[in-house]
Amino acid sequence: MKRFVFWRSAQALVVLVIVSIIVFSILHFLPGSPARAYLGIRATPGAIRQFNIENGYNRSLPVQYWLYVDHLFHGNLGFSYHFDQSVSSLLKSDLPKSALLVGLSYVLALLIAIPMGIAQALRRGKLLDHSLTTVSFVGYSVPQFWLGMLLIVLFSVQLKLLPSEGPQGASVGTVLHDPRGLILPVLTLTIVTVAQFSRFVRSSAIDTLLEDFVRTAVAKGVSKRGLVMRHLLRNSLLPVVTLIGLSLPGVLSGAIIVEALFNYPGMGWLFWTAATTRDYATLMGFTIVVGAATVIGNLAADVVYASMDPRIRYQSR
Amino acid sequence: MSTSDAVGASDEVNEQVTTPDREQTALAPQASSSPSRSPWRRAARDFAHNRMGMTGLGIIIFMLLFSYLGPVIYRTNQITNNIFKTTLPPSAHYPLGTDAVGYNVLGRLMVAGQSSLEVGFAAAAIAAIFGTLWGATSGYLGGRVDSAMMRVVDSFLAIPSLLLVLLLASFVTPSVLTMILILGSISWLATARLVRGEVLVLRTLEYIQAAEGLGQRAWQVVTRHLVRNVVGTVAVQATFEVANAILLLAALSFLGLGPAPPAANWGGMLTDGLNYLFDGYWWLIYPAGICIVLTVVAFNLVGDAVRDAVELRLQR
Repeated sequence: MKRFVFWRSAQALVVLVIVSIIVFSILHFLPGSPARAYLGIRATPGAIRQFNIENGYNRSLPVQYWLYVDHLFHGNLGFSYHFDQSVSSLLKSDLPKSALLVGLSYVLALLIAIPMGIAQALRRGKLLDHSLTTVSFVGYSVPQFWLGMLLIVLFSVQLKLLPSEGPQGASVGTVLHDPRGLILPVLTLTIVTVAQFSRFVRSSAIDTLLEDFVRTAVAKGVSKRGLVMRHLLRNSLLPVVTLIGLSLPGVLSGAIIVEALFNYPGMGWLFWTAATTRDYATLMGFTIVVGAATVIGNLAADVVYASMDPRIRYQSR
Repeated sequence: MSTSDAVGASDEVNEQVTTPDREQTALAPQASSSPSRSPWRRAARDFAHNRMGMTGLGIIIFMLLFSYLGPVIYRTNQITNNIFKTTLPPSAHYPLGTDAVGYNVLGRLMVAGQSSLEVGFAAAAIAAIFGTLWGATSGYLGGRVDSAMMRVVDSFLAIPSLLLVLLLASFVTPSVLTMILILGSISWLATARLVRGEVLVLRTLEYIQAAEGLGQRAWQVVTRHLVRNVVGTVAVQATFEVANAILLLAALSFLGLGPAPPAANWGGMLTDGLNYLFDGYWWLIYPAGICIVLTVVAFNLVGDAVRDAVELRLQR
């Protein structure tokens, strides 16, 4: 087990390094430059040169990359010229808001998707299964922003029940003052997520139902309730651990579409602004943080999975 | 998901794939087996009996006819706008009304369908070809090369796909071609993983050893033998990628990074409708959305049906 954790961590570290190299290269090989983005299209060549020297952009690429990594290890994610503040302070203000929005939606989605998937598996091939499958099929074929638009039309325009805009405010505290505004964005995200999660739970539960120990339990005369609670739930929820691990980056990176549609400035919105204004430092810092979250999420899922289910020991070549 | 599943599935692959291909390599490497016994025919027949799959195929064919044949029969001006006829409600002359700059919405749906479908198909094709080659090479060579190649895939997967697409799209001039390249460049990852998994099993089989013994080079083994045997998996995945690419294109258009007018795509049409949510202009909100959902559902249905048919093929 220790060996496995060690190898998986080493792999994770390699992945993280490659992620940073990929993003670094994308930013440097695509057209445009930080100097142009900051100084504007009318800047003189002299001013550009000056800017590049001051900020180290005249050094060779490997040196620039190394300087970036060096700063990273000192907790410095860089400075955003567009927002005129450090990238870490940007993340500090936007990350909690996204985490609230996406986290809430994922928890709700899990609470709905687990019973839904298990009910489908128990009645596999019956009417309930087919109708719920159709619902989730449509659920993940709907463009997120269109779903949000439809909800706005229904709840804000026709029923006049809920605001069409997310709560405004710079921090989670102020956002929570207006919980009604959160309902539509959370609902949109939840519907889309339930569609994905429930398919996953369904197939996992179907696999479990085919196992020998389920047949044994049925033969022993275990009640349906006992079967579901004691045998089915526990075993088919193992893969859900993976799902939660894989969802972690989403919690941090926010939901661009939903944030843009409901005007709820969080991480997704930050990334969009940074990409369209060529805010290199923010793009780089954001991707590093989200990439790290992904890698850690995967790693945690694998380790928890392996430790929860002794039948599974990954081969640690 | 669990390891035991993977092993079970690979055992099936192991038994079933060997027989027909061993014959092929030994007797006539290029010729396909006799029509009545062809496993692909059977798969096609299974597919034809799958009601959901055929429904999906029907919808896709309808959408193709609607988008490509439609504008030939129903001619509308989709290049220049007409500010005297904006946001007109549906009428005999404009069956689905006009949009914010006076384009005929029904005609625009057809033209928009062309770019949405083209982007979907082309991105999926790039993903299928590149992903297969990457996965097959990685799985076949194994060892350190395999580790390195797979870590690259992991790294791309570590960045949420919408972010990666957004990042790339913000730096190029949006057009159908650049959208295809961008969406293609991030869609190959899943295919590469799946193909590698299958190749890891396939490469231990005897006919691969035979090919190596006959002195075939690595690239020949990959392209002639391995790629052929993962076609089923790749086709299934490619179908899903078409659906994904259409959705991602819509998302990009919503974020203002899709092809600009007069080019049209369904996602872009929906985004224009966004400005009229409170005006009750339903013809700007529903038709394009329904087109996207129908098409994406259709590709998912076909993908599921093809997967079932291919798996049945393997079980025989």
